[in-house]
Amino acid sequence: MEISFLSGLALWLRGEIYALTGLPILSDLALDIIGIALLLGIISMAAIVFTYGERKVCAFMQVRIGPNRVGGRFGLLQPVADMLKLMSKEDIVPEGADKVLWALSPALLFVPAALVYAFFPFDAGAVLADVNVGVFLLFAISGQAVLPFLMGGYASNNKYSMVGGFRVVSQMISYEAPLLFSLLGILMITGSMRLEDIVEAQSGGLWFIFLQPLAFVIFLISAVAETNRTPFDLVEGESEIIAGPFTEYSGMRWALFFLAEYANLLTAAILATTFFLGGYLGPDFLPGFVWFGIKAVLMVFVIMWFRWTFPRTRVDQILTFGWKAMLPLSILNVFLTGVVMCALGLV
Amino acid sequence: MEILFYIFALVSIVGALGMVLSHNIVHSALYLVLCFIGLALTYFSISAPFLGAVQLMVYSGAVAILIVMAIMMVRRTDMSVSSPTQSLIKRFVGAGMAALFFVLMGLSIALTPLGAGESALPATEAADLAGLLLSRFALPFELVAILLLAAMLGALLLARGGDES
Repeated sequence: MEISFLSGLALWLRGEIYALTGLPILSDLALDIIGIALLLGIISMAAIVFTYGERKVCAFMQVRIGPNRVGGRFGLLQPVADMLKLMSKEDIVPEGADKVLWALSPALLFVPAALVYAFFPFDAGAVLADVNVGVFLLFAISGQAVLPFLMGGYASNNKYSMVGGFRVVSQMISYEAPLLFSLLGILMITGSMRLEDIVEAQSGGLWFIFLQPLAFVIFLISAVAETNRTPFDLVEGESEIIAGPFTEYSGMRWALFFLAEYANLLTAAILATTFFLGGYLGPDFLPGFVWFGIKAVLMVFVIMWFRWTFPRTRVDQILTFGWKAMLPLSILNVFLTGVVMCALGLV
Repeated sequence: MEILFYIFALVSIVGALGMVLSHNIVHSALYLVLCFIGLALTYFSISAPFLGAVQLMVYSGAVAILIVMAIMMVRRTDMSVSSPTQSLIKRFVGAGMAALFFVLMGLSIALTPLGAGESALPATEAADLAGLLLSRFALPFELVAILLLAAMLGALLLARGGDES
């Protein structure tokens, strides 16, 4: 395996800890804990940076200035102010709520959102969980995020939350199928479900966005729909169902929903980077993980751009679009990929 | 890592017991999901990640959501007693059936020579599994696909309701 900056650092650290303790199991454990801590750090950093970034991007698109009061001319301390506000808020538990489920919902929602980060190849060899069936396992885990929404919607004892919960289920299930099918073409070309193999298959400079442009469009639309962001945020629909499943949550419980949402946003961007934009590959003057970061942040910007450009769709429109346009197109893409591979004699 | 296997098995057992003993039917359904997830984790701990992923995706990802949604749709006024208790005779019959099933399963597991001889299915890898499905087991695979398609069409027909004209 090629040794990159990050995996080299991990190897060095493992060696140092081994020299210090003399127990291989301890150095492995320490390294795993460091990896998990790093991923949690990335997720919380992303949430902090993206709340600020989203406001600035939104302001830029709407020809406004955005946050500029707390922390200098550019409002750089705005996320800190937001956090303080959230932490000082009163924790209100709605009457008649199913208290245990209600408290569990935001916590459980964060688990799959954070768990999928273990599969991302941030650099050559820098994967926490290197699994052969990586792609499949990743989507199996991210699919677990549907039920906590429904739990929260049900437990809030509020009809708007309930409707929101049902909307989450119908939307996320509808868009999971095209999301997976859009990646099948790539899996056919690489012949592997390991994420690092998929990245390495693009090392010739021919990224999959050029080989599979239709799949990229389908993937991006479905991924935005999966994160429940505008133009697909009718799950929250402030003007119709008052934030749906989150209606009754306040303070830090609400912040957990928010954290999961931004973790999912970064996940969508990272997946697009890994599958279509060559992951950590790039010219040698920068290390791989820097390229990875640049591409991921660029994709986050594109998704934010969507949010502030397109109006919200209607619930029947979004479901019809998912089943009658996205799914057939993604299956067509699989078929076309197969035909071309046969014609080129690759099978 | 044998201890992990026992922990995950315990999770599934707690889920199964919670499902049976809970008085709130929504809680029962969610305990069932816990049981599904415990099973998936058990598969991971015995080095069958593909099977575990399938378990997660199909059972706790799709089947569980269907069950929970169906239950929430028929919501009763007071959910805390929504799973009604049965009469004593019914309980005894149920316990008897469960015991019989347990004995049957135990016997068949005890009488099967597990681990002896070559396993017919070496398929822990997804690629091996796919190869088997499309060659040796192609006919059963297609039959199951047709069965599922028929079930799906039936569900669609039921959901659309009768002729409205």
